[in-house]
Amino acid sequence: MSEASDGAMTGAQSLVRSLEEADVDVVFGIPGGAILPAYDPLMDSKKVRHILVRHEQGAGHAAEGYAYSSGKVGVCMATSGPGATNLVTPIADAYMDSVPMVAITGQVPSGAIGTDAFQEADISGITMPITKHNLLITDPAEIPRAIAEAFHLASTGRPGPVLVDISKDALAAQTTFNWPTQLDLPGYRPNTRPHSKQVREAASMIVDARKPVFYVGGGVVRSGAADALRKLAELTGIPVVTTLMARGAFPDSHPLNLGMPGMHGTVPAVASLQQSDLIVALGARFDDRVTGHLPSFAPNAAIIHADIDPAEIGKNRHADVPIVGDAREVIIELASAIEALYAADKSSDYEAWWSELNGLRDQFPLGYDTPENNEVAPQHVISRIGQIAGPEAYYVAGVGQHQMWSAQYIGYEKPGHWINSGGLGTMGFAVPAAMGAKVGSPDSVVWAIDGDGCFQMTNQELATCTINDIPIKVAVINNGTLGMVRQWQSLFYNERYSNTDLNTHRIPDFVKLADAYGCHGLRCDSPDEVDATIEKAMALNDAPVVIDFSVHKDAMVWPMVPAGTSNDSITIARSLAPAWERED
Amino acid sequence: MSRHTLSVLVENKPGVLARVAALFSRRGFNIDSLAVGPTERPEISRMTIVVSVEGLPLEQVTKQLNKLINVIKIVELEPENTVERELIMVKVRADLETRSHVLETVNLFRAKVVDVAPDTVTIEATGNRGKLEALLKVLEQFGVKELVGSGMVAVGRGSRSISDRSLRSAG
Repeated sequence: MSEASDGAMTGAQSLVRSLEEADVDVVFGIPGGAILPAYDPLMDSKKVRHILVRHEQGAGHAAEGYAYSSGKVGVCMATSGPGATNLVTPIADAYMDSVPMVAITGQVPSGAIGTDAFQEADISGITMPITKHNLLITDPAEIPRAIAEAFHLASTGRPGPVLVDISKDALAAQTTFNWPTQLDLPGYRPNTRPHSKQVREAASMIVDARKPVFYVGGGVVRSGAADALRKLAELTGIPVVTTLMARGAFPDSHPLNLGMPGMHGTVPAVASLQQSDLIVALGARFDDRVTGHLPSFAPNAAIIHADIDPAEIGKNRHADVPIVGDAREVIIELASAIEALYAADKSSDYEAWWSELNGLRDQFPLGYDTPENNEVAPQHVISRIGQIAGPEAYYVAGVGQHQMWSAQYIGYEKPGHWINSGGLGTMGFAVPAAMGAKVGSPDSVVWAIDGDGCFQMTNQELATCTINDIPIKVAVINNGTLGMVRQWQSLFYNERYSNTDLNTHRIPDFVKLADAYGCHGLRCDSPDEVDATIEKAMALNDAPVVIDFSVHKDAMVWPMVPAGTSNDSITIARSLAPAWERED
Repeated sequence: MSRHTLSVLVENKPGVLARVAALFSRRGFNIDSLAVGPTERPEISRMTIVVSVEGLPLEQVTKQLNKLINVIKIVELEPENTVERELIMVKVRADLETRSHVLETVNLFRAKVVDVAPDTVTIEATGNRGKLEALLKVLEQFGVKELVGSGMVAVGRGSRSISDRSLRSAG
């Protein structure tokens, strides 16, 4: 297919050219009727590699995983109607977790829009609440501008998913390709530079506080602020907690790191927020999983809230010092302002605070019971994977108990190496997202740690992995149940296990399933086999590896703050909670 | 329940009204009235939204609105510095006996009669909320058969315009 030297081409060619201009390396997708014209020039593109997946949901999550590990915008493509609606879950997921993603969908010819045509769906209407922005293009001349805008919106300010819906006739029509030199988005002016007055006020409060905490969220990862954060933390000696979305933004091995706060957070992390007099929120949004019962969250704390999205500041909790800006820029400015105060002989005293926190660390370390009957403890499996694969690997989880254990028992040292679905909590995220992460970082080891429930939702992408040389490693933490729901039924529904038993001990047989997908299938059902199995998986790199780890069914995730209750009610085991000392 | 009037400049593109309405709906903000129309620039439309906030700070409303890519600027119009107008048309019962009383009311409020029928009179009135509420109260005694309102539009007093850079944005 040749293009005229004056830039005349079809809309489809213009789309592929636009993707090339936007520096796209990979697109995950499935063709179909409405998007068909676009697939023809795609075949010839030297720059854009298209990976054919087995379900559009897989394409969407793969785009997310790719965005996480490569730092670039993830791209997925689908046809109209059901192809587009299959992208809804990953788009909603990217929206909740602020993942930079562009979804391109075909649409029925413009004359047929609104007539209930074959494979027609108003995907713009459907995704309106779950996209940062979306565009319907019926004029082929608009395609380059739409793509340029989409990539700009997806990757700047607070990142998020942008959907571009292109009608079939626009793809087929003749047009001229014109890559815009300037974008016209009068309603979009993200503010990345923090206001210096706010920063100075924050610095002053930080230095004067007696019990401050850095509450670090996913925004620090998105912003690439890990190094700056480390300098700030070490400069001040203030404890750091990293949310589920920020694990690895501050090294777990660092003495200032108290761990993860929230519903399944560590006691020191949860307590530090509850008892602090100043919370410095950096790229975090006071999500209900972290705060618990909002009115009783951190009752004595003043709040400094730094975020790139002004709508998050003051949404759940009043901010005494709001700072709108990019996390990295804010952190760097804060560090300078604090240094200036130290230079002017101001100093802080957090000794009593640390003594309290260290006491909690000693008294309430993370831990789990060894199961009886020589069953395998899931926490042990996950912990050993983390130790053997190390902090350079990428860890991608599904949603549920295994996700919480992966957040708790793996030591994260670097930002962006922990990939999970936090805000939406999408089961089935792990395998396709791991696939995308591996494509984004082909020389790294990528482990998907999945539950047996989650695994059954999207494991068809193993075929994509085998065929396209994407050797991910999948550890199925197989307890035969929907573990997290079962845990709640154990604690709150009198052990009435309604519909949580998956019968997964051998239906399906995951090893046979792996084999059917051309993957290496390994089985492990005793504690002494755990290390050997993991080592064996690490050595196999010619195809994906799936390990069926049979684990103890009744393992529980501790600590726990039940939903809607106060963080003061954190329990560390069944009916066992720390007795908080009253302040004298 | 406090009412606030927001003047919102938006890009004149298809679907923008739907986006704004959908945002209000999913965030649980109450729209009292919404009027949208052209401005002095063809690529920009203006929405005047009267929103009722209860317990929820207005700030959150404007901040979420600002996140919409097609929203250019939001200004809160405070009653003291604003001229606000709404147009209503009211079909009032008026038979031979009551018609003169109805017409008297029309004159008192400087409203207009736009339609006459044997047993009704249709009145057109413009004014701020206070005036129109007062008019409706008086008309109630005759029997209001039908009421249609345009929604409020408003513009700031003085020489500054909403698109002036210096005018402080809300949110």
